[in-house]
This record gives sequence, C-alpha cells and structure tokens, in this order.
Amino acid sequence: MRQPKIIVVGGGLAGLMATIRVAEAGVPVDLFSIVPVKRSHSVCAQGGINAAKNQKGEGDSTAKHFDDTIYGGDFLANQPLVKRMCEAAPGIIDLLDRMGVMFNRTPEGLLDYRRFGGTLYHRTAFAGATTGQQLLYALDEQVRRHESEGKVKKFEGSTFLSAVIDDSGVCRGICAMDLRSMEVATHAADAVIFATGGIGAIFGRSTNSVVCTGSAQSALFQQGVDYANGEFIQVHPTAIPGEDKLRLMSESARGEGGRVWVPKNPADQRAPRAIPEAERFYFLEEWYPKYGNLVPRDIATRAIHHIVYQERLGLPGKAAVYLDVTHIPRETLDRKLEGILEIYEKFLGVDPREEPMQVFPAMHYTMGGIWINAQDHATSVPGIYAAGECEYQYHGANRLGANSLVSCIFGGGLAGPAAIKYSAGMQSGADAVSSDVFEKEKKRQEDKNQALISNQGEENPITIWRELGEIMTEHVTVTRLNKNLELADSGIQALQARYRNINLSDRTRWSNQTLNFARELGNMLILARVITLGALQRNESRGAHYKPDFPERDDANWLKTTRAKFVDGEIRLTYEPVDISQIPPRPRRYDAAK
Amino acid sequence: MDEKNKKDVIVRVKRQSAPKQASRWEEFRLQWRPYMNVIICLRDIAENPVTRDGQQTTPVSYDSNCLEEVCGSCAMLINGKARMACSALVDQLEQPIRIEPLTKFPVIRDLSVDRQFMFESLKRVKAWIPIDGTYDLGEGPRMAPEVQEKGYPLSRCITCGNCLEVCPQVNDHNPFMGAAIFSQVRLFNMHPTGKMHAKERLAAAMGNGGIEDCANAQNCVVACPKGIPLTESLAEINREAWKQALFGWLAG
Repeated sequence: MRQPKIIVVGGGLAGLMATIRVAEAGVPVDLFSIVPVKRSHSVCAQGGINAAKNQKGEGDSTAKHFDDTIYGGDFLANQPLVKRMCEAAPGIIDLLDRMGVMFNRTPEGLLDYRRFGGTLYHRTAFAGATTGQQLLYALDEQVRRHESEGKVKKFEGSTFLSAVIDDSGVCRGICAMDLRSMEVATHAADAVIFATGGIGAIFGRSTNSVVCTGSAQSALFQQGVDYANGEFIQVHPTAIPGEDKLRLMSESARGEGGRVWVPKNPADQRAPRAIPEAERFYFLEEWYPKYGNLVPRDIATRAIHHIVYQERLGLPGKAAVYLDVTHIPRETLDRKLEGILEIYEKFLGVDPREEPMQVFPAMHYTMGGIWINAQDHATSVPGIYAAGECEYQYHGANRLGANSLVSCIFGGGLAGPAAIKYSAGMQSGADAVSSDVFEKEKKRQEDKNQALISNQGEENPITIWRELGEIMTEHVTVTRLNKNLELADSGIQALQARYRNINLSDRTRWSNQTLNFARELGNMLILARVITLGALQRNESRGAHYKPDFPERDDANWLKTTRAKFVDGEIRLTYEPVDISQIPPRPRRYDAAK
Repeated sequence: MDEKNKKDVIVRVKRQSAPKQASRWEEFRLQWRPYMNVIICLRDIAENPVTRDGQQTTPVSYDSNCLEEVCGSCAMLINGKARMACSALVDQLEQPIRIEPLTKFPVIRDLSVDRQFMFESLKRVKAWIPIDGTYDLGEGPRMAPEVQEKGYPLSRCITCGNCLEVCPQVNDHNPFMGAAIFSQVRLFNMHPTGKMHAKERLAAAMGNGGIEDCANAQNCVVACPKGIPLTESLAEINREAWKQALFGWLAG
C-alpha cells in the first residue's frame, strides 16, 4: 500500500497533538513552525484546562460541561463536536497526566481543580498559573521523542506562505519560506493540517504572541479555504496595559478568589488598601450575584467598559479597574498563581500580593476561524484540515476560560487521524502530481517576495500595522456601531492602498524579518476586513459581538454561522444554519441561575 | 506623560549581517516612554531605522515571541548581562543601553542566535516520559503534592540559554550541555513514571559534555530568569551519576 505523507503547520498544542497522532500511526509527518515549537504561543495560556472529572463531589458531569460551553457561547457553536470534546476532556487530562504534566495536586495525590468563568463547578485542572506552558512542554517532549526515532521531521524557523493546490482544487502540499535563507520551497503532502493559532496582531496590541498574525489563515482564505464567524473576537477582561503587549492576568486569579472593584468615589485618591470595604464597588459581584467575578469574559469585559466609560468610575486618570488578590494568603498565591503574579511584578515593579493590580480588557482570542466540518475537521478544500484556535468549531460566540486548551488537544487529536484516513483513501497521492503544479506555486510566491523587495514606495510596514491595530481596537472589539464598522472597513482599505506603496527598509536576502513581516501584514489586512464585514452584517448582539443598536440576540434572523468566501478577489459573506440538535437555545443570563 | 519627563533613550546595538561576518556597533536615539522595554526599543528602530548620526540602516534582527518571559526567545546580552529583552525595562538600565547577541551560540543575524544545541541535548538525555501511546490507558500515577512542588519549578525552564551563556564551562572547546539540561534530567527522574528510566537518562548525562564537566561556578542559578534551583539540580544529578558510575546499572 502507498505510504501517505502528512504535513502539520504550526507547533502549538493543536499542531503537536496532531503530529503525535500521525507519528504514532507510523505515518511520516513534517512539522512546520515559525519558531522552535517549544516557544509557541500556547505557552501563554495560564489558568488551566477544563474537564468534568467531578473530583470535588459537586455532581459535575460532561453533560454540564457541554451545557456550560454551549450556553457560554450563546448557542452559536455547532453542538455535536462540542459534545464530543466535553466527553473526551477527562481522558485528555488523564493523557496529559501520564505525559508528566506537573498539575497541582490535592493532599491525596490527585489532580486539583479550580473554578473558572461561566461555570459553578471546580472543573479546571491547572499547573500553577502556567498551565499552557506545561501542557505544551509535555507535547513538545513527546514530539521530540518521535523526532529522535525518525518519525517526525521538524522545519522550525520556516513560515507558511501558501498551499499548493492542483487544477482539480485538491491540496497537494505547501509552499514555505526558510526565515534564515529566505528561500522559498514547496513540500508535497497528501494532506496538510493547519494549527496556526490566533490572530492578535491584527488588533495591534493583544495578549497574543508576536507570531499570532493570522497570516496563514488569510493566505488560505485567499486560496479558497472558507473562514467562519470571523466577527467573534474575545476581549479578555483582565490584562495589564502595555505598549508592546497587553499581558494577560489569568481568570484563575478570580477563580482563586480574586475580586474586581473600583472606589465608589471616582475622586478617591487613597491607596487602594486604605479604602474601606464599604467604599468599594464590587460591581461584578453586585450585578451578577450567582457567578460574581466568574461571569464569562464577554460579560465581565462589557461590565468593565461600562464602569469606565459610562459610569466614569475607572481608577483616577486611567482606563483601569482593580483586580485584587491581596486578601488571599500568600502561600496560596505562590502555590497556585505565582506565574502570573510574577509577570505583574516584573513588568510593573509592584507586588500584587501587597497591592491590587490595575487591569483593563484586551483582545485575547478569536472564536472564529477556518471553516471546518462538524465531523473530522476537514476544511472546504480537499486535503486541508485545521485544528486549534485557527478553526471556528468549539466556542460559538464566546469561549469559556480553560476551554481553549482542551479544544486544541481534542481538535489536533481528531485532525491527525482524519488526515491519515483521507490520505490512505486517495487513488493517487501528492507524489503523482506533476512538478509543474509545485513550480508554479513556488514562482508565484517568489514573485511576491521580489515585488515587495523592489517596491520603491514610502510606507513603513510597522506604521501601517500600528494604524491597523488602532482601527480594529477602536471599532471592532467590545462595542460595535455600524457607522464605525463602515469607517473601519474604509480605513482598512485605505491602508491596503498604502500597503501597495510599501518600502522595505531591508532589501537583503538573509534573515530579513522586515520582508516576512510585510508579507504577514498584507494577509492581516485582508483578514481584518473579513472580521469587520462580518461584524457589520450581523445586526444583533450575541456573546462577544455586542451592538448597542441591536442589543438582543436575534435567533430568528441570526442563529447562523457566518461563512466568508473569497470569490474573484472579493470577500463574500454567506450564512449557514447552526446545528442545535442537542440543546435548544434559551436566553443567556448570568445575573440569575442558569 | 508630563512634558518634563520627555527624554531620550540611547541604545547601542551590536550588528552582524550574517554568520561569520564581522560585527559593528550602531547607536540610536529613541524617545522615552513609560514602561519601555528593550523590545519596544527594537521596534522603534524597525519603524525608523536611522542611526544617531543620521545613517540609514536596516531594522535589527532578533528573536521574540511571547513578550512575557515564558517562551524563552528573546535572550540577549543587555549591558553585558544575559537576560530576556522583554522584561528588561529601560528605566532600570544604565544608558547607553548596550545590546548584543548571546556569545555561546552561533549568530544568525544581529541579535538572533541558533540555540538548536539545547534542543539536541534534550533529545540526548531523553527528556520525556516514554508513554505507551495516546490511547486511553486511564489516569496517570498519583503524586504527592511535595513532589509536584519540587517538579513544577524545574518544568518552567524556557530553554532561553542564559545559563549556558554565563557558564565558563560552555565554550568552543567543551561540549558541556549546560545546567538547564541536567535540571530536566532531574525533573524526569523524579516523576513516578519517569523514574523507571532514570538510569538511561543518567547514563546520557555522563560522558562527553556531561555532568562531570560542571565546575561549580554557580553563575547559572543567578542568570536564570525563572529562578530555577539549577545548582541543586546539578548537585543531585552529579551525586546520582557518581552512584551509578560506582555501583553500576544493577545497584538501586
């Protein structure tokens, strides 16, 4: 029998899990990543990973996890895959535990679980406050083991440029660029799994890492891979403002008892700890007595924006509120939250064990992503699969905290075998495809590089990028008004025009980071429009998508998935029904019990 | 920001266009902002790559990703000290700020270096738990909280390379793997399943570039941005390696 060949693009949790599954099946796999995979953005996940193991005697179940996830996502997620994910989650925790993840333990030596947003159960397993790092390392180690046995070949320091798609519309491999030699090369494969993560850079500053540009997703979109629910962007309620990055302060701070508050008197200049209890406004606890500080992220974020912009109750002279953990014993903080408190201390020079942290919402995650089917993560182009944050299936209109890690591992674990099954069933593989198909794609990408290098314009890519981030953050995050979204779209198109007048301040052919960034920027601009246009069209409020002019969820007209297509160089939005076969939609309210 | 607080930041960057090329220094004058870090300095240069004396130059190549000291990418020498650029705050640095690539790894371009040696070393010492497969085999082994509390800090190693950079034993003439690697051996050898293969890892930790090359300078533990007890790890692995060398594979 013909030996299939698989490529995985992206070395975060989803990509590594897919790689492990393929290697384990004895199928050769090439793993492409911009950074050494151990440095992938998954390391930034902090709080934990959800699984209804019911280890606190609360009567938790996978059915409750499923319901919390669907309800938290405001009924936009297709339900079958979410159900399977929640059912698989306890087994995923067991697997990670077997891989040696240093999860926090109970005195009995079992895994400890904490509470997280959008649930009333202790369902979140954690390794200090660096759970993503610990999980990524566990998978990285397994991949390294397979690599040392010759089952995995890594291409680190290599960036994806485009898919190689033959005349019949089937993916036959990828075109990638080595980030040192800047050489463009094609790589044949029977199936390619994309696990290229988030898109934070489109918003300029976010909690995401530098590599999270969405460039790969956008490149695929332009090649006919549909993109779904782009308008659903999660803005995390608690991050530390910064110029280079908005550093996440995990929901786990609230899961462990942290409280969000502002002084009742906005002119109160006293040090926070000198302000007595009675003069503090714990607005989340007051407005949402049942869930308190652990309402889902979209709710907490809107509440903080409301406090700061409408009530004018933000901290004096700042767009910020307090996130307070000073009442929690130091020993508990160090054992369960050290990783994040250390970040606050290092970057701001203030010890959050002694003084409440000052935080504000920040772009954090995309619920939308590459369209995949509800069975095995196949995209709209044969031979292309997607898993992890770059796809759209699991989180509906708002992702619950600690569900991303489980969706990455579940999705990657599903996509790997699916890609093998597809490859094994092919009549003839990528090896039988004419070399012209590959040469043509390589030439197209080399020409793009040459055009950028030799362009004699005036525009600096970083300046355009900064302006894109400002437009997106101002108009396409928490509160969306149609007139502003229209402004944003024309603003992005103006940036696209300026992009054509770009000037690379580096025209060399060795480790040229400016060239790579310029390529990413071109892709970011297109995906920014997909997000903005999706938001403009959707005249309702659902989960993270909030329009004051259309404040209610509108199931009659908008209980549907946005499916963006790229047709003749234009973005075209289409819509398809949501699979609600398991849990009928009901109003979503966190001020009362569910 | 107050008008009176506006000031310049002077940054000197060691440039090198490619491996084995000669290096040179370039100086830049940047505008100070609150909470400015070295990454912001490098981005400012990329947006306006003009040296202090008005010469057009290229943006500086450097490695970075998470910008919160958890990915290990942006290690470099800042005012002579091996540290992460993201957490190097301008206000805490003497000016002019001197930024250089790490010296113990091959330079790719400017501040960007090749740390593949460390990942190869992780392979060599088998820094993993050899699970049978990803299929359902039930829960993992129980672990006492104090084992987790010892293991977790070790597992936060970000493979940044700072401990190798400051180690006098890591040099062109000596393939010493460096403290981070032995600390990983300790981590996997304390895990209930990892323990079953402790001897294999210890054997790999000996020999060429192995634990016996540690000269106990103790620079590593000071340079580690994650506060990992590297000297404890080195001492423990040294002890265990000796035991294994003296009493052989059969002894416990």
